[in-house]
This record gives sequence, C-alpha cells and structure tokens, in this order.
Amino acid sequence: MGLTLSEKILSEKAGRKVRAGDFIQAKVDFLLMNDITAPISIKVFRELDAKIFDKSRVAIILDHFTPNKDIKAAEQCKFSREFAEEKKLPYFFEGGKVGVEHCLLPELGLVLPGDLVIGADSHTCTYGALGAFATGVGSTDAGVAMATGDVWLRVPETLKLIYEGERDPWVMGKDLILHTIGDIGVSGALYMAMEFHGDAISSLPMSDRFTMSNMAIEAGAKAGLMPVDEKTIEYVKERAKRNYQVMEADDNANYRKVKKYKVEKIEPLVAFPHLPSNVKEARNAARMNIKINQVFIGSCTNGRYEDLKTAAEVLQGREVAEHVRLIVLPCSPSVYLRALKNGVLETLISAGAVIGPPSCGPCLGGHLGILAAGERTIATTNRNFVGRMGHPKSEVYLANPAVAAASAVMGRIAHPEEVMRS
Amino acid sequence: MILRGRAWKYGDNVDTDVIIPARYLNTSQPEELALHVLEDLDPEFRSKMEKGDIIVAGHNFGCGSSREHAPIAIKASGVGCVVAKSFARIFYRNAINIGLPIIEAPEAVERIKSGDILEIDLENGEIRNLSSGESFRFKAFPPFLMEILRAGGLVEYTKRRLRGDNREKGSRNTR
Ligand code: SF4
Repeated sequence: MGLTLSEKILSEKAGRKVRAGDFIQAKVDFLLMNDITAPISIKVFRELDAKIFDKSRVAIILDHFTPNKDIKAAEQCKFSREFAEEKKLPYFFEGGKVGVEHCLLPELGLVLPGDLVIGADSHTCTYGALGAFATGVGSTDAGVAMATGDVWLRVPETLKLIYEGERDPWVMGKDLILHTIGDIGVSGALYMAMEFHGDAISSLPMSDRFTMSNMAIEAGAKAGLMPVDEKTIEYVKERAKRNYQVMEADDNANYRKVKKYKVEKIEPLVAFPHLPSNVKEARNAARMNIKINQVFIGSCTNGRYEDLKTAAEVLQGREVAEHVRLIVLPCSPSVYLRALKNGVLETLISAGAVIGPPSCGPCLGGHLGILAAGERTIATTNRNFVGRMGHPKSEVYLANPAVAAASAVMGRIAHPEEVMRS
Repeated sequence: MILRGRAWKYGDNVDTDVIIPARYLNTSQPEELALHVLEDLDPEFRSKMEKGDIIVAGHNFGCGSSREHAPIAIKASGVGCVVAKSFARIFYRNAINIGLPIIEAPEAVERIKSGDILEIDLENGEIRNLSSGESFRFKAFPPFLMEILRAGGLVEYTKRRLRGDNREKGSRNTR
C-alpha cells in the first residue's frame, strides 16, 4: 500500500516511513503564533530556558485584537512585542505590516509546499492548499516547538474528497467546503486529514483553495491538503523565501474513505446558526425573508483580493440597504493596496461599505463590528457558533462573498442573481 | 489516581467559544479565565459547580479554536476531569499538554445523568457511577501520551528531553 500526502510529508519530517496511527516526533518547518496565543507560548518557552530552534522559521502575528482594542489587548501585544525585540525575531508583524495570519504567511512565501507547519491557531490548516501538512496546535505545543523545533503528532488517517464537474458561476470554494461539511458534519473528519482532489479543484483559483483548506477544521479535520499543480507553483515561485519540496500522494494510498461530489449539483449555500454544517441553499434561504443587521466580508476564509473583487462586482452601482452595516476588512496590507489601486474599494465605499484595517475584527467577536442581542449577520467567515460575533443571543450566517454582498443590497439573505437581475 | 465528583452533563459539539468566549481572551490568567468557564452554555455552571466536579458531554467536545484558554479555564475552575463521547483534536492535545485528564467513553456518557456522583480510576481505566451502581471501562492512553501525562504535562516532559534525561521516563510523577 502506498502513502497518503500526509503520510508522505510526515515520513519526511519524522525521518522514517510512518503510517496512520503512528505517534511521531516530527521536524517543524514553520511555526506561528498570534496575539492571543503567543503570550502563553512565550511563558512556556521561557520556562524551558532554551534557545529558539531557528528564528527564520518563527512568526508572531498580532492580528486578532489589533489595532489594540483595549488596555488588556495592548498589554498582551506589548508582551509579545518585547519578546520579539529581545529575540530579534525577523517575522514579527504589527501595525501597517500585519494581516490576518493565514493570508499573510502564504503571501509572503513563508509557508511552502511539502512543509510541516504548526500554528497556535486552529485555521493553520489553510496552508494545506499549498500542499503542506499544516495543523493547529495549542500554545504549549507552540512554546515547546519554539525550543525543540519539533512536535508530537499522531499520523492521521485520510479522507479523500473528489470534486468533479463545472461550477455554477456563483459557486465558490466556500460553497464546496460548506457542502462537504453539511454532508459529513462538524466531526465528520475528526482526527483525520482531508485530501481534496478532482478537476473542480484544479480549476479553482488559489484564493478559493485557501478558503477550502481553511475550513477543514470545521469538519474536525487535522489538516486539509491539496495536490500541488501549476497554479500552486505559479503562486509560490515568486514568493518563496526558502527551498521547498513538492510531494504527492501515491496512487495506491490507503484512504479511510473516498467520497465524490458532482459540483454541478452544488448551489451557493448559507450555513445557518449555530453550526457550519447547518447548510441550506441560498436560493431557499432567500425565500425565508431573513432580515440582517450586518454583513461582514473579510477573515482568513474570504478576505482575499478575489473575494473583495467578487463582492464589488455584485455591489457595483448599487447601495447597501438601509439599516444594514456592511463591514469589509481586507485580509492583508497587500490585498488592501491592490483593492485600493484597482478601484475595488471605491466601488465598495460608494455602495456604503465601511472599510476597516486588516484584522480578524468581528470574525471571533473581538472588535470592529460586534453584534447586539437579537442582531443577525451574514459573514464570509468560518464559524457561526453561539456568541461567535458578539452577544450570545445574536446570529451568524456563513456564506461566500457574492451571497454576502447580495444580502447587503437586499437587507435580507439573498442570492446574487436576484441583485444582478435588478 | 482516583477522581471523584458530581457530573454536569451537556450535549454534542460543546465548542471553545462557549467554553471561554473570545471577549475574555484579552488575558491568559487562569484564575480570570476560570470566572467565565462555560458562561455562554450554562451561565450558572460556575456558581453551582464544586471543586472536583466532572463535565460529561457528547461528541466533539472542545471543537472550534485552538485556544488553550479553554482547557485552562476548565482546569482552573476546579473541574477534575472531562468525560465525553469524543473530543476535538486540538482540545484533546491541549488538555494532555496542560495535564487536564480527559476520557473518551461513549457508552458511559449515554448512561450518566447530571447530578450523578462519579469515581474515576485513571490508571485502571474505570468509571464508577456511585449513584446508579454502574461501572464502565475506558481505553487507557497510548504509551506515548502516558509518558507525557506521567511527566506532568508537555513542559516537564520537554525539560527532561532537553536535559537528555531518560532515567525518569518510567517514573510516576503526577501533580
Ligand atoms: S480571521 Fe477569524 S478564523 Fe481567521 S485567524 Fe482571525 S479570528 Fe481566526
């Protein structure tokens, strides 16, 4: 039996051939922490009284509660900043350099194909889109790895997902992954890696691939990997800060399960509160007259340039409905700049959007758009748990940027076709 | 190691946002986090629970974010152990890494009711329900994880590794 992509990468990092179920100590290629998780990691690291294994492979990104939302957040960031200064960390991001970690690191070529990346943030699985084994861990893991350069892992079994056929013009990577989570459930891939295959994946732009790998964790998965193709190479070759190694799954790899999806049958979707698996077709949701108070376009799931551009296409020459707040946070400084230069921001602002700084913002209920009791939002983010974006009695609906933008125009959950027709 | 306490039972997919809402993540002080444990799931939990009590839950406990603040809040509140049908993987490793005992026992969860008094024998893999008289077995930890737990968590385990100290490997050092 051959090896899955995860088994291939982890064998390389463990220095021996490993299989699903094995416990291994594996070499880490890149390690990241954010403003919430870094302080605990730093305390753990200091307790170990060790040296950083390799400064060029560690990043601290202050992206969650920044620009500092309150005194405690400021203290928390200061703690990480002092550490970064003391250790002279080359990859410390804040101020005008910061973006949402999972957008920023691939953009800067710091995470690459064939890597083992661990991050003290659950959406570290985003980099699976580059053919890396990337997984979220806790702060203690990150603090320890900063000293040892390795991490303990149980090699996961793999769920292979094959997507075939052509997408409806309003269907994005977000819908493919929401459909999958709706199908297998929020623990459908628990302890497993997902591998995404098929012609419908090859035809996806990198931005949508990141969206899909990003939400692997929402099905309980440890990682969500994609094969490396010309588009991946195109994306990384200009950016890569170091060498990388392309690895592939064997044809005869041993999968826990293989599932096929016919993409023609997938419609734009909306995940209803309070689980990402609670999906309905946007077309049907549109008939339910679900009024919204806020629309949020941003986050590590859908805050990239292509996402903003899609939203702008829907909002071009239109206006956000009365009493609806449209909040747009470009996910990185370079996305912000590109959207500014290409007129995307102008379109959004003319339609009535608030443009905020690259930050996680309301995605995790941090700041820049918190919901009151009874308020409803449609967001391009990844989680709609109780209280995720504010008051425990508020509601979050998840969708792709086109559906979110259309909903902003209609003041209720809508399908983009309704808006484009008018 | 024997744990004993009252069971507080919850459903499936208890996520990290309800275990410790993000609005409290501007600190990582265990005592402060403990004040808000499970606040968005059961606002009274904090006032009604006693030290040593046991959280019993369905599938996928701890799903969501990687925040170690979740198991830290639970541990610091005095909860002795979490028993669930299954755990989200990051929560699982975080709990092991910080030394919060967690047990996967789907059958036991089915039968335990809120308010039951439980006695858990970690070494021998047994849950005894003193209220109903039933007892259940659970699978012991794989040896690799047991080593980390025996060391008292990942930090202690790593300290020994960095010292190249293997003599203590088999010793039982519970804290
Ligand atoms: S954008 Fe949201 S999901 Fe992504 S890292 Fe920030 S808080 Fe987490």
